[in-house]
Amino acid sequence: MLDRYARRKYSDIFVRSACVAATVIALVPLVSVLYYVTSRGIGGISWDFFSELPKPVGESGGGMANALAGSFKLLFLACVFGIPPGVLAGVYLAEFGNSRFGKLVRFSADVMSGVPSITVGIFVYSLVVLRAKHFSAFAGGVALGVLMLPTVTRTTEELLKLVPESLREAALGLGLPKWRATLRVMLRTAAPGIATGVMLAVARVAGETAPLLFTAFSNPFWSSGLNEPTASLPVIIYNYAVSPYEEWHRQAWAAALVLLLLVLLLNVSARLLVRNRVGAR
Amino acid sequence: MFARRKLLVGLLFSLVACKGNQAAPTPVASESAPTVKNGEAISLTGAGATFPYPLYSKWISEYNKLNPNVKINYQSIGSGGGIRQITANTVDFGATDAPMKEDEAKQAPSKLFHIPATIGAVVIAYNLPEVTGTLKLTPEVLVGIYAGKIKTWNDPKIKADNAELKLPAKEISVVYRTDGSGTTAVFTDYLGKISPEWTEKVGVGKVVKWPTGLGAKGNEGVTGQVKTTPYTIGYIERAYASQNKLPMAELKNKAGKFVAPTIEAMSAAADAVEVPEELFVSLSNADSEAAYPITSYSYLLVYEDAKDAVKGEALAKYVWWGLHDGQKFAKDLDYAPIPAKVLTKVEGRLRELRSGDKKLLTGA
Amino acid sequence: MSVSHEISPLIRPRSKILTRFGSEVNWGDFAFRRVTALLAALLIIALAAMAIAMVHGSAESLAKFGLGFVSSQIWDPARDVYGALPFIYGTIASSLLALCFAVPISLGVAIFLSELAPAWLREPVGFLVELLAAVPSVVYGLWGIFVLAPWLRTTVEPFLAQTLGFLPFFQGQQRGFGMLAGGIILAIMITPTISSVSREVLRAVPSALREGALGLGATPWEAVRVAVLPYARSGLVGATILGLGRALGETMAITMVIGNRSEISASLFAPSYTMASVIANEFSEATGSLYLSALAEVGLLLFVVTVLLNIVARLLVWRVGHLPQGGSL
Repeated sequence: MLDRYARRKYSDIFVRSACVAATVIALVPLVSVLYYVTSRGIGGISWDFFSELPKPVGESGGGMANALAGSFKLLFLACVFGIPPGVLAGVYLAEFGNSRFGKLVRFSADVMSGVPSITVGIFVYSLVVLRAKHFSAFAGGVALGVLMLPTVTRTTEELLKLVPESLREAALGLGLPKWRATLRVMLRTAAPGIATGVMLAVARVAGETAPLLFTAFSNPFWSSGLNEPTASLPVIIYNYAVSPYEEWHRQAWAAALVLLLLVLLLNVSARLLVRNRVGAR
Repeated sequence: MFARRKLLVGLLFSLVACKGNQAAPTPVASESAPTVKNGEAISLTGAGATFPYPLYSKWISEYNKLNPNVKINYQSIGSGGGIRQITANTVDFGATDAPMKEDEAKQAPSKLFHIPATIGAVVIAYNLPEVTGTLKLTPEVLVGIYAGKIKTWNDPKIKADNAELKLPAKEISVVYRTDGSGTTAVFTDYLGKISPEWTEKVGVGKVVKWPTGLGAKGNEGVTGQVKTTPYTIGYIERAYASQNKLPMAELKNKAGKFVAPTIEAMSAAADAVEVPEELFVSLSNADSEAAYPITSYSYLLVYEDAKDAVKGEALAKYVWWGLHDGQKFAKDLDYAPIPAKVLTKVEGRLRELRSGDKKLLTGA
Repeated sequence: MSVSHEISPLIRPRSKILTRFGSEVNWGDFAFRRVTALLAALLIIALAAMAIAMVHGSAESLAKFGLGFVSSQIWDPARDVYGALPFIYGTIASSLLALCFAVPISLGVAIFLSELAPAWLREPVGFLVELLAAVPSVVYGLWGIFVLAPWLRTTVEPFLAQTLGFLPFFQGQQRGFGMLAGGIILAIMITPTISSVSREVLRAVPSALREGALGLGATPWEAVRVAVLPYARSGLVGATILGLGRALGETMAITMVIGNRSEISASLFAPSYTMASVIANEFSEATGSLYLSALAEVGLLLFVVTVLLNIVARLLVWRVGHLPQGGSL
């Protein structure tokens, strides 16, 4: 029987190796998917891809400029509809959330995060599209915003709660009103973590297809303003990937690659912006 | 703290929105095909079947070249989706592979016309690595395989028609469509016609309870399965089989001949069936020597009475163009053109399109 | 921030209106609480609206099938007969399977990144794990069809059948597509959520706790186990529930690999069908009010299942031991 010290030492080594192994296992599918997407998609990336409108099968040189623009538009709208309410709702839960109302809100957020995106799409369809009698980018933005809301809320709450109370006490002691102490000190400290949650939510909705099919629809041409249907990368990826044509498949993979890079870019820039103001651990 | 980020994104968005507006084409007068009057920009939206999507997107692109101010947006959300959207008036036209049923038609606010726009075929694709030469299937064998009664490739019933092929002693892996689809509707319609037992036990429709096999999503899912898994059989649209170079089985038609799913065979099926007043009919199991037995029309759904006269006229002209000039794009994309005698009937129906009391197509 | 040079709100007389409506000492606090409460209520309102819409939509199906909908295994649109038991089973089984894979791995990743990894490795690796979330669902589905399923069919499933084939979980025809493929793909998709949030949670634990344990002679793992994890428990559970939510609602990727056969089978090799998949597969083409109503009822059931699983998760954590620090549930 190993003595106590040796047992502790070996279990430490065992767990540490298990954690490393877990990380490696988690990264294997990523490498596989990235390799797969890149090898199939890199051939379709060209200047045309970023500047041309889609062309029908058989004609070369088509691109996805309108889908790129559309995705930006939709993500922007989703952030407008999803982040401010989400962050502030999370603040409420962290500050005042110990009541029954708070428990109900928390529960709603958890349940809402499990609603399939197609159901949210159908819901926004009946709320917005049927009323307006046409599809629009606005409806698409609402659908994506609703999808983002629970993740942003819960992440904000959990991370705010972990900020040490001493910071708040210091702020209050210096004369800040409670609301200012929360927003300017606590929220700011938790900001990098919240940015993670927000980026996760954005990354998820950036790739969602189902909710957009019945709200933003799609558009082979440019869409102007918020009231017209708009093309978006995930919808085009889906339409092309399920078609019979090799040409369209190549474009779909290229679009998937671009989508990945787009989310990467958003991720990195959001992190940089937030880190610079707060300072990392 | 998020202000800076939103500012950045907002800048990007406004840049992009500006570019979008700049890229809108300026109207150009054209002499050839029927143009829309007064050069104003017109947007039409349509939704429906996935099957004709490649053809329609070609039509839209070509028509836009001739009439740059007419922008048509067709999205393939499924036949059911197309029926629902045209009924709810969120789109200007619908598209469906399976004709609308009575109760569906009743839900529409006013009368909807079915316009047969093109013809397609459902083929039986298979993956038999050791076999060269084409598989021949009779209706009874096909039903047997999908009913789970014929389980192995070297079953004597299959061997009977394929004496020269070396069929392996492996289990048949059957694949069907899990998502609701016109392809399934056409395929089961055919199976139902040749086997009353199938109609009774399984049924006909866009989604049925398959006795055996694995479900794959979409034509591409079935194609993927057949392509990657040996000893698999599946039913898919012709374009998927030909684009992916999958072998297609020859089927024995009603007249007793084994026919491959060629464009000519599809046209032969269309020629053999009389189109009734409502302009929709099933083309499966057509009684003609050269006909391929699993063929079908795909329809456009258009309101007889258009609320908006300008849009209605633009739509009517586009559909007219599609049924005449548009047909020449069909063959390259694995569709068959509408036969001439059906076209005459369709022309008559298109001339009935109106907005209020005014007929939409004059002259042309 | 500016320091007020007026009389402190704590000693000056409060506005009468303010006293009447609330307990706060200044208008800022008053508005702050109410505005954030309103936005928090938005979540309840949105959820309630969705629930009501689903109940309204499934009225016809509820009336026709009643409780039989939940216990019947027959889903036959051609005959307008609907029963959702296979989908309920498929959803719960695939999500739990995904959690079995994803939770240990995500926790391992989170602990590795926040405690064990050298500083230069943390950002890049953390970033890579989050990249898993950026891959669109449909891309995962296609990867699943062309890479994962064939690999399972040729390598993993035969191996499992050989070594553990006496268990009912590993019997039956090996096709690659099926419950196992579905569970794995879901696990891959929820790992970034659980691990990233867990990582942030672990990072936010005050270092004093960790250092104290180390100072007392704990090994690094013991320090984590004794000082860090209990403090972060609530956050870790929150992360897992977020992951579970994602698993329950996932549609595209799982529908492309799970085989989509509405049968209940104990075997992991067998095809299955989830509630989200059946809605996604059949909604676009469904016509007929009973059919649509049945699909709406499936959505409602998914909703109910999500609620139940959430309650169970909370009860579990409460049972296992609730330590007061680190925030409430």
